[in-house]
Amino acid sequence: MSDTNLIKTQLEYNLLPIEYCSVSFHKSGIRLIDRVSFKLISKGITVILGPNGAGKSILLRLMHGLDIPNEGKVLFEGVVADEKIRRKQAMVFQNAILLRRSVIENLSFVANLHQPKKSSNLIELLAEVGLADKQHMPARRLSGGEKQRLSLARALVCQPELLLLDEPTASLDPYSVQMIETLLSKFRHRNTKIIFITHDLNQARRLAEDIIFIHKGKLEAFQPADAFFEKPDSDFAQAFISGRLIF
Amino acid sequence: MQVFSDSFITAFYLIISGDPDLFEIIFLSIKVSLTSLLGSVIIGLPLGAFLAIHRFKMRSIVLSVLNALMGMPPVVVGLIVYLYLSRSGPLGFLSLLYTPTAMIIAQMLLVIPIIAALSAQIIEDLHSEYNDLFRSLNVSTTKAVIAYIYDARISLLTIVLAGFGRAISEVGAVSIVGGNIDHLTRVMTTAIALETSKGNLSLALALGIILLAIALGVNLFAARAKYWVTDRQDV
Repeated sequence: MSDTNLIKTQLEYNLLPIEYCSVSFHKSGIRLIDRVSFKLISKGITVILGPNGAGKSILLRLMHGLDIPNEGKVLFEGVVADEKIRRKQAMVFQNAILLRRSVIENLSFVANLHQPKKSSNLIELLAEVGLADKQHMPARRLSGGEKQRLSLARALVCQPELLLLDEPTASLDPYSVQMIETLLSKFRHRNTKIIFITHDLNQARRLAEDIIFIHKGKLEAFQPADAFFEKPDSDFAQAFISGRLIF
Repeated sequence: MQVFSDSFITAFYLIISGDPDLFEIIFLSIKVSLTSLLGSVIIGLPLGAFLAIHRFKMRSIVLSVLNALMGMPPVVVGLIVYLYLSRSGPLGFLSLLYTPTAMIIAQMLLVIPIIAALSAQIIEDLHSEYNDLFRSLNVSTTKAVIAYIYDARISLLTIVLAGFGRAISEVGAVSIVGGNIDHLTRVMTTAIALETSKGNLSLALALGIILLAIALGVNLFAARAKYWVTDRQDV
């Protein structure tokens, strides 16, 4: 393989930069995302913050291709996502969507979509999320935190280069939160770009390298985490950090 | 009362002794109903899955028609099939009237709407639940349909068994297109009607007992299957 091809192959496994080019999305006549533009170049964890109904989940769904922008484009390495690019992504939903199967079968379903993986690898993955002893249990009988951990494990089966998480730790107990945060930190160091939504400012302080703050569908701030918490670019963001309600 | 008890005793004797005429009727009934059920599943299930996951212009009308067809009177189905298969009908050249094949066709027309309409509802519920996940994972439509059918297998089995119940208990359509010909198209339901009108209550009762036993067996099987899947396999 020539050097040029080698470089190209390596670049193919990198979804960065992720660029929103004046992206708008509306539904039933309501503009939910309003001309949002930013360019993500950093690896590591990006946190999306904003009040309820700000459009955070839609922003993530647009990135993952679950919703299509009415205006503008979402680009990965300068191109609109095709199936190949989407295969390099995985998403964990706010409400865990689990198949009506056992815990291990939820993982093997995804594993078999790509290339059949050894069941021992899947069990190791379950062990990482603390569910190895529940592998034969119906997934729907797991607790909320366990369901979310299983969803995360399932997302990791695909070995994604971009991991999108929509409030993965909302209403979870501290143990589950810590376990998920540990896993995210681990995968960050495995060159997985992570973008996640949270309302937990302390969690954002702990994990984020940069912050996207949106309000009423508009991008209000996009800053490194330290700068954002010290002096956010937007008054709305400042109000949000200081705990004042914004509507 | 004496006639009633005598008929019961004779009926049980016919069953226990393995009366060849009785069992010929039973086997033909099961064969016709299972064949029509198989055909109905092959057509009805993919049709239901298609209607569940695809959105097209006439979808709601198709679903309404299917729902209406679930309650279609069997004699009307029998009449329609008769008109098509009769010598002067468009399919008369096939010479299928008064054959088990004609009975199978009639039963399929009764069972397909049940399987298609009910499975569409079940798969649609699952589709709306799984859709985001499957789109996120780039699951192909074929694999998604297989997953829906697998995950809804117990509910779908119940539908299939309901279809079997409709097929094996049906009398109007099969008597019109089958003709209730002895040793050729006589099935349990048409035989019960005939033997009752002739006053041969023992054979009618024997067939009735078997029909009830089949209905009970099918329901027990469904309950057992549900238990086996939900508890023993633990999913």
